[in-house]
Amino acid sequence: MTTKAKRLNMNQKYQLMTRGLDWETTYQDMDDVFPYDKYEGIKIKDWDKWQDPFRLTVDAYWKYQSEKERKLYAILDSVAQNNSQLSISDARYMNAVKIWMQGVTPLEYNAFRGFCTLGRGFRGAGARVACQFQAIDEMRHHQTQIHAFSHYNKFFNGMNQQSRIRDRAWYLSIPKSYFEDAMTAGPFEFITAISFSFEYVLTNLLFMPFVSGAAYNGDLATTTFGFSAQSDESRHMTLGLEIIKFMLEQHEDNVPIIQGWLDKWFWRGYRLLGLVGTMMDYMLPKKVMSWRQAWEIYWEENGVALFNDLARYGIKMPKHHETATKEKNRITHEFWSTIYQFSHATALYTWIPGNEELDWLSAEYGELFDTVYRPRYEYWKELDDKGERFFQERLPVVCNVCQIPIFHTMPDDPLKNCCLVSEYKGTKHQMCSEGCLDIFNNEPEKYCQAYIPPQQIYQGNCGGATLDDYRKWLHIRDEDTGEYYGSEDHQMWEKWKAQAGKPTDEAA
Amino acid sequence: MAENVFIALQNNPDAQPIIEAIIQDNEHAIVNESPGMVKIDCPKRLVIKRETVEEKLGREFELQDIHLTLISLSGNMDEDEDEIVLQWNF
Amino acid sequence: MSIDIKTATIEAKRTTFDHIVEKLGEGKTPTRYQEAVFGHQAEEVFHYRPTWDSERELFDARRTAIVMNDFEDLLDPRQYYYGTYVIQRSKQRESQEKNFSVVEKRGLLEDLDAVMKEKISKVVVPFRHAEWGANNNNYYIAGYGFQTPITAAATFQGMDRLANAQYLTSIGLILSSNDPAILDQAKDEWLNTPMWQGLRKLVEDSFVTKDWFELHVLQNYLLDGVFQPLLFKHFENEVVKNGGAAFAMLTEFFVDWFVESQRWADSTIKVAVKESDANKALVESWINKWQPTVIAAADQLAEFVFAERSKDIIQQIETELDARSKKIGIQVQEK
Repeated sequence: MTTKAKRLNMNQKYQLMTRGLDWETTYQDMDDVFPYDKYEGIKIKDWDKWQDPFRLTVDAYWKYQSEKERKLYAILDSVAQNNSQLSISDARYMNAVKIWMQGVTPLEYNAFRGFCTLGRGFRGAGARVACQFQAIDEMRHHQTQIHAFSHYNKFFNGMNQQSRIRDRAWYLSIPKSYFEDAMTAGPFEFITAISFSFEYVLTNLLFMPFVSGAAYNGDLATTTFGFSAQSDESRHMTLGLEIIKFMLEQHEDNVPIIQGWLDKWFWRGYRLLGLVGTMMDYMLPKKVMSWRQAWEIYWEENGVALFNDLARYGIKMPKHHETATKEKNRITHEFWSTIYQFSHATALYTWIPGNEELDWLSAEYGELFDTVYRPRYEYWKELDDKGERFFQERLPVVCNVCQIPIFHTMPDDPLKNCCLVSEYKGTKHQMCSEGCLDIFNNEPEKYCQAYIPPQQIYQGNCGGATLDDYRKWLHIRDEDTGEYYGSEDHQMWEKWKAQAGKPTDEAA
Repeated sequence: MAENVFIALQNNPDAQPIIEAIIQDNEHAIVNESPGMVKIDCPKRLVIKRETVEEKLGREFELQDIHLTLISLSGNMDEDEDEIVLQWNF
Repeated sequence: MSIDIKTATIEAKRTTFDHIVEKLGEGKTPTRYQEAVFGHQAEEVFHYRPTWDSERELFDARRTAIVMNDFEDLLDPRQYYYGTYVIQRSKQRESQEKNFSVVEKRGLLEDLDAVMKEKISKVVVPFRHAEWGANNNNYYIAGYGFQTPITAAATFQGMDRLANAQYLTSIGLILSSNDPAILDQAKDEWLNTPMWQGLRKLVEDSFVTKDWFELHVLQNYLLDGVFQPLLFKHFENEVVKNGGAAFAMLTEFFVDWFVESQRWADSTIKVAVKESDANKALVESWINKWQPTVIAAADQLAEFVFAERSKDIIQQIETELDARSKKIGIQVQEK
């Protein structure tokens, strides 16, 4: 007996491959099998309505990903063999790579682990599978970054102590607390925070201009893993949008909960990305796009289009988005000024941009830059020329939510500092903005737990009371910190250039 | 008003036929090049047709292969064997 | 400006990251595997307690009763990091896909006698649900486990199990000429026929097993150690003997995969057992607690497949499992 097999298209085939794999458990209560997917109050009536937009079977996944990995590792091998670090635009550029490795790479790791828990935790099989794919992708991103940076670490400072400073350094608390905030929340909030708010809404600001910038600055390794990772990212973004629409369609009671999360995670993500904007504006010797321009394209244009699309579910633009837009002309300068003054307590080097770069910043940021930030830089440059490089003696007060030093200014007055206080159970907590204040006031119990590095230092919990003691506790050597010009990285770069018979920098 | 969808691809030979196909099939597409990548914006809706890509490529092409050069996208995505559509529904 | 040094010596300042030097000692060049798995899980300064487990930290060694001086000792003998994993699997996939396509195109399963066909659809196809269970359990280990070597490997294992479930689905569809009813029937068998209930109850019990190392022992050692040989060795032989050589082409992946994944399960459990008497006692208690139930569940299925030979086959499987247990340092209970 032979029946002619029906030909199946891709969609049908995918549906069948995962068809009914899961079942309603009867020997154990479903609520015990999936103990974590109800307590946040999200109501799901029908998990089968979940549609996986990419419909990848595991064997197709292996096929595509192995092809990407073969290409990627061939390039990483060649970077090592050919000493491609010599092809970067300037050794200052490596500080952007250091920030990436110190701050972003650990987030990839956390994303890997976080999505594993979701890959087990959601009651719906389709959503679980989507999260499993994302989990293993995130592992990929983490490992390919480690492997890419491994070569750079052999030459440049500030990367070798990564696994030690990751948890301890004050400035790395910014990304760390961000991701731990999401991971310690429930699964629906986690996926809203990471898949939607971060990956869909904001990640373009991180990967697209920055990786393009890496390409422009001759960093083949970062360009390769960056764009290669981004090809997975577009799957994740689609997951982010699908899960949001799914939750919104499932029950009207979900709408206000999700709106609250969007408000929170938009702001949390925006604050974090200030660091990336600073990399773009200051750490790329050859500029691709300013933070302002990236914000206009990826938020004001693309992000807003997305929220227009979600309006039909009753979703409004995230709270405080106007403030973020008002800050677009200043946030990176405020950030750089801060890192500049505190870089002796980081595993990074900082510097005053050269004249050409200052001119570029003037052109991109206009009057505000010329009246406020440029004169400041010129003053610090003068001090430096006199041998009095400017550093702060004590660590700054940081925001209790985003953990960024409280350097931000009032939305409508870039000359006036913004510091807001909330009192909870008899203790005062300082926040950098209305956005962070809202987040604190909505979950004071959570943010009271935050580990605030400067406070810990003064309490003597970080190796001693001075910044020197603290730096030792972080395993950062003096040589890894402070001013770029004259640093070990700079000297090495000059030596390489001299060997190549190329003119060295004019004295900085 | 913000209403563009977009797709960004690596600027390499593999992506070239896809980029050409998009330009051909989307009258209002705007191509932006930056180092290493090409971003294509289009108001409301953008379509990538397998047939057109195959025409440009001169051989068979599976739309899922786009993942090898895809960098980013924006818009609700719908994919089947013949086309990928990105669109906003407002 | 980019610079071009052809002749100059470019001297490296260091060979690798500090935490790797600390682990391997000065002057060693680490493998990519070692760089991928050592030193990445956050160890201190956790900002907030998980809302889903407020008694513990985000990453917390206490989610298993196993105590290790260093959980990074639970290494993967295959040394898989993501790149080597997907490249290896993609090679296997290629040959597996060819096999499927040959069997499908030439209709190689069509001549199989009806009894064998029925057995495949009643025994092999419903097993996709057990593979799905294994997928879930490994993601549990990956999510709540401690340190990267075990959680990364569990992630690969979880992915493998989803692949297994999908390969079993494909086998069903070849058998039914793409009629999905075969999958629905198989699910009905899984949910309702008595011979599957032992296994289904075990899988559901595994879903509520909180200790991730216990779950590792239960899923990747015991359940796999019994059911993989039952289906993809003994049952497969049975089908092959009865004119179904083509069936072995469809299950080739399972056979290779099991050899490989066993090495990982054995080696991780061995390391934990060797660490301390307390760990050894724990693993033994888990094996004593679960093994009889796993064997009983396999019995139910074996009876249907092998009839009077089932006792022999199950005994053979258990003897092999006990031999593995002895090898990894576990005291095996007298039967």
